[in-house]
Amino acid sequence: MSADVTSSSAADLSSALQSGELSSVEVTRAYLDAIAAQDESIGAYLHVDADAALTAAGEIDAARAKGEELGPLAGVPMALKDVVVTEGVPTTSGSKILEGWRPPYDATLAARLKAAGTVLLGKTNMDEFAMGSSTENSAYKVTRNPWDTDRIPGGSSGGSSAAVAAGLAPWAIGTDTGGSIRQPAAVTGLVGHKPTYGSVSRYGLIAFSSSLDQAGPMTRTVLDAALLHEAIAGHDPMDSTSIDSPVPLLTEAARRGAEGDLSGLKVGVVTELGGDGHAGGYDAGVLERVAEAVALLESMGAEVRQVSCPAFDLALPAYYLIAPSEASSNLARFDGVRFGLRVGDDGSRDLDEVMAMTREQGFGPEVKRRIILGTYALSSGYYEAYYGQAQKVRTLITRDFTTAWDDVDVLVSPTSPTVAWNIGDRVDDPVAMYAADLCTLPASLAGVPAISVPCGLSEGLPVGFQVMAPALADDRCYRVAAALEAAQDAARGHALLAGIGTKENTPS
Amino acid sequence: MSTPSPKGQLTRDEVAHLAHLSRLAVSDEELDLFAGQLAAVLDAVAQVGKADVADVTPTTHAVPMTNVMRPDVARPSLPRDVVLAGAPAAEDDRFRVPRILGEEA
Repeated sequence: MSADVTSSSAADLSSALQSGELSSVEVTRAYLDAIAAQDESIGAYLHVDADAALTAAGEIDAARAKGEELGPLAGVPMALKDVVVTEGVPTTSGSKILEGWRPPYDATLAARLKAAGTVLLGKTNMDEFAMGSSTENSAYKVTRNPWDTDRIPGGSSGGSSAAVAAGLAPWAIGTDTGGSIRQPAAVTGLVGHKPTYGSVSRYGLIAFSSSLDQAGPMTRTVLDAALLHEAIAGHDPMDSTSIDSPVPLLTEAARRGAEGDLSGLKVGVVTELGGDGHAGGYDAGVLERVAEAVALLESMGAEVRQVSCPAFDLALPAYYLIAPSEASSNLARFDGVRFGLRVGDDGSRDLDEVMAMTREQGFGPEVKRRIILGTYALSSGYYEAYYGQAQKVRTLITRDFTTAWDDVDVLVSPTSPTVAWNIGDRVDDPVAMYAADLCTLPASLAGVPAISVPCGLSEGLPVGFQVMAPALADDRCYRVAAALEAAQDAARGHALLAGIGTKENTPS
Repeated sequence: MSTPSPKGQLTRDEVAHLAHLSRLAVSDEELDLFAGQLAAVLDAVAQVGKADVADVTPTTHAVPMTNVMRPDVARPSLPRDVVLAGAPAAEDDRFRVPRILGEEA
C-alpha cells in the first residue's frame, strides 16, 4: 500500500482520507518512511520533524473520528520550500545567515495550509535566497534530480521538485521570482504554477525581489496544482500588493480541461521563445516535444497561431537588473542584529565591521554577486542606464502581452530551453545558469500567471510546456494544462512520472 | 561612484567599493573571481540599452499600487521574549548591538 500512497495524486489521497480508506497517520508515515529511506540520496529536505508530523496527523484522524467537519485537504501531507516562514520550525532560505533561526510566526500561506489541516512533512532545500536555477547555490547541500541523480533538479525550488518527483511528498509549495517554480517542475516532470502576481500572499515569504516573488503549487497532476493553489490564494491585508478580488475556479477549470475539448480556444506560440530565428540555446528534443504538444492542443480544437513578442528578447537582461537591484535592498535586513548569524562581535569592532563580517560569512557567492550587481545598478550615475532602463523594458514586455491578448487567449512556449543538466556544469558560469530562465522571465516581469506541465521526454528526461495567460485568468492555464496532461496520459497509458527510474527512461 | 568606468565594465576596484557599500567584507580571492564574473554578467544585462524606450514609462510593479490603509487601532504584537529569542545577542530585554561610533565610548 505504501508504494501506492507515495505515488498517488494528492486528490486521490484526499478521497481516501475522506472515505476512511486511509488515515492521515498511515499516509504521513508512508512519506516519512520514504524520506528516511531515500532522502539521503536525493537531498530534498533541509528539515524534517517526524514526530511533529505524526502528531499533527493524529490530531486530524482524531477530529475525523469525532465527526468534526474537515476540509478536503485535511490530513494530506505537504512540504514547504524553506523560504516560507514557519512558526517554531527552522527556516533558513537556504542560507547560513539564518542557520538555526526558528521564526516567531507563520507566513500567511503556511497558516492557511495549517488551518486546512495539511500535515507539514518538512522544509525543502533551495538555492540561497531563491537565487539560482539548479539548487546548487544552497548553503547546505546538493539536491539531486530523481530522474537521474547526476543531474540538477532545477531551482530555486529544487528541493520541492525533487521531493514530489521522488515520492517524498505528495505535493509542495515553491516560490517563483523568475521561474523558480516552473523550471524545476519542468525538469522533474511535475506541474508547477506561478500565480498572477499579487494573488497569493507574500506575507512571511523571505523576500528576494518583492515586485516579482510569488508562491505557488508544485504537484504531480494539474488537478492537484489547482487544489493547492485554491487553498493558498486570496486577499491578505498583511501584504500590501495582495489583490482583493475573487480567486478563479481553478479545480473546475482543470476538470473541464481534462475533458479534452479546446474548441474556440486561441493559442499563440511565442516566436521569440524557441521559434524560427530564436532557437539558439534550445535542445532540439525540447522544441520537438513542445511542437508535438502544440499539435495536440490543435487536435483538441484549439486554434493555433504564431505570435511575435519582440521585447521578450530583452527579458533576461531586464530581469537580471531588476531582481538583483531589489535583492540588494531586501537583503539589507540581514545585518546580524535581529536574527540569525553575527560574526566578529568581540567588543573591539564597531557595527559596520561586524555587519560586513557577518554578511561575508553568512552569504554565499551568488548572493554576494547579486547584491554587488544590484548596488551597482542602483548607484548614482548608473541608475538610469541600468535599473531605470530595465523598468522601461519591463513596460515593453507587458505591452507585448497586452497586444497578444487582443488576438489569443493563452501564449505557449517551452518552460526551459534544455532538460536537466549535470550537477556542476554551470556553477561557475552565472550567465549560462541565467539562460535556464529565458522562457519563464517574461511572465514574471509582467506579473501574469504561467504554468509548466510535462510534455514528454527528451534524452530520457522530462520536458516542460509553458502556458501563460492574462493577469487573474489563471484558470486558463489550468484548463489548457489539464487538456494536455489528459491527452498525453491517455496516449502514453500512464502518467509521465510513472516512468521515473524505469530502465527505458534511464539516460545512457 | 567617483570615477565611472565605460559602460559594460566593472573593475576590481569598483567591485571592492560596491562590496564596501553593501557591507560585504569580501576576500581578495573573491574580488578577483567576482570582477571577472560580474563583467560578463554586466555585458549581458547591458543589452537593455538596445531597447527604444522613448516615451516609455517605467514599470515598478505589475499590479497597480495604491496606498493601503487600515483602521488606526492597536493590535497585539509578538511578545518581546519571543522576538528576542531569535536574536544573536540580547540584553535587558533589548537587541544588543556593537558600538556604532568609530572611537571608544
